[in-house]
Amino acid sequence: MPPPVNRRTGFSRRAQYNAFIGYVVGTIGALVGAGLLVLHTGDGTILSKLRGAAADIGAPGARVTATARSAGSRLYAVVAGYIVAGTENARLQREVTLARVRLGQVAAMVDENRRLKAQLHLVASSSHPVANAWLIASTDTSTRRYATISAGSRDGVRSGMPVVSPLGLIGRVLETGQKTARVLLITDSESVVPVRRASDGIPAFATGRPDGLLQLRLISLGLNPLKPGDAFFTSGSGGLYWPGTPIAVVVSLTHDGAIGRVLGSPADSEFVTVQSIWNPVADATLPPPVAAEQRGKSRK
Amino acid sequence: MIKLASIGTIFGRQSRSIAASDPGLIVPPRRSDLNRAPMPALAYLTPWLSIVLASVAPGWLLIASAPLMPPVGFLTLLGWRQLHPGLLPVWAGLPLGLVDDLVSGQPVGSGVLLWSVVMLVLEAIELRWPWRNFLVEWGVSSAIIASYLVMTGFFANGVSRPDWLLVIPPQVVLSILIYPLVARMVAWLDRLRLTRFRVTRFKFMR
Repeated sequence: MPPPVNRRTGFSRRAQYNAFIGYVVGTIGALVGAGLLVLHTGDGTILSKLRGAAADIGAPGARVTATARSAGSRLYAVVAGYIVAGTENARLQREVTLARVRLGQVAAMVDENRRLKAQLHLVASSSHPVANAWLIASTDTSTRRYATISAGSRDGVRSGMPVVSPLGLIGRVLETGQKTARVLLITDSESVVPVRRASDGIPAFATGRPDGLLQLRLISLGLNPLKPGDAFFTSGSGGLYWPGTPIAVVVSLTHDGAIGRVLGSPADSEFVTVQSIWNPVADATLPPPVAAEQRGKSRK
Repeated sequence: MIKLASIGTIFGRQSRSIAASDPGLIVPPRRSDLNRAPMPALAYLTPWLSIVLASVAPGWLLIASAPLMPPVGFLTLLGWRQLHPGLLPVWAGLPLGLVDDLVSGQPVGSGVLLWSVVMLVLEAIELRWPWRNFLVEWGVSSAIIASYLVMTGFFANGVSRPDWLLVIPPQVVLSILIYPLVARMVAWLDRLRLTRFRVTRFKFMR
């Protein structure tokens, strides 16, 4: 293609100055970008407000595509269901009979748990939902994993609140706009969640990996006791995430832990629930901590 | 230039200014185009709006657990810049990159810096090699896309945990393969941009 004619400045002083100023402003733009990058690593309150405003503006369009996406995935499930209906039905019936027995056992255990807690004078505390929301957008071009939900500070959502789907933990709220909030997903490389194995409570940390899986790192070093198929739940240690939220299942082992598949995968979730922050220290129903000298005596 | 000027005088002052800024209007008008001129708002705003929309909308389409989508906003910027050098000013990377940063999940400033630098680099390439065909443009944008994606990964994660490098190559390949499609979409938007919607009057009809 030949170069366009109107790009030549010729002898016109005005055109020459315009072209020159364009280059200068372009260079300034690059420098501004570098400055913003440095600023962002330090403090980002103005920028987070800007981000919140941008998400609020885009929210109506995102809501429309979110409903369309949910309808599309439902359609796919219906079509897939027709194909595997027979075998699926037989398998599910077998599972339901087994699950009914397990359900009875679990009900008995829950009842026992309640009685034991009553003996210890512990009042059962559970999370209360702050808001229900749609997952309306995500950062699917970046290596960082954020999502936007359709509930914001107007609905009582605050920074730090855990976000769960019916299948498991999704992430936690990072910034709030008026009508939307930005969620740091558990698969982000900056996200660290304290977890424990469902069967025996072995503690570990779940950090995100760039490929959408979780890295489970055991806290106690030694022989790796994990097996593929082990389920992990949040442990609630350190606060923030409520204990007992399902998070991942082990798919393969590494030398210091395992790689887990996320249970409440954000890709499959349409609705999420924002929970209040788990704050075990502020729980008045917990027994008071043992005094220092008493602890010293008991050690002797 | 003579051809341009004559079209401008036939279709009134407004169309002359758009035509002068745009070599796309050299094409002679069809019969249904007579008495009509492009709408200035559409002609000037389409590139900006399409790039903003291409930055924002892909995030709505799926809730991804890994970087899957090509950076469509950036590809659209490249498409406009290569189809019409000079239509977007050299400083266009500053506002457009900022909008992309606000929705892309990148640290704010990464888009501003990279988009501005890319506009300057393309300007330099244009000065050095004025005659290019689409294959050359595709090659140039492939190199730019690959380095852009690596740099965004670097700005977002740093070098302390370089495992993000593993998820970049599929995205690079997808982005390079999808670029001609984006360029076609930009060309279609360009035709829409210069459609003669506005009715003008000839002088002798007054």
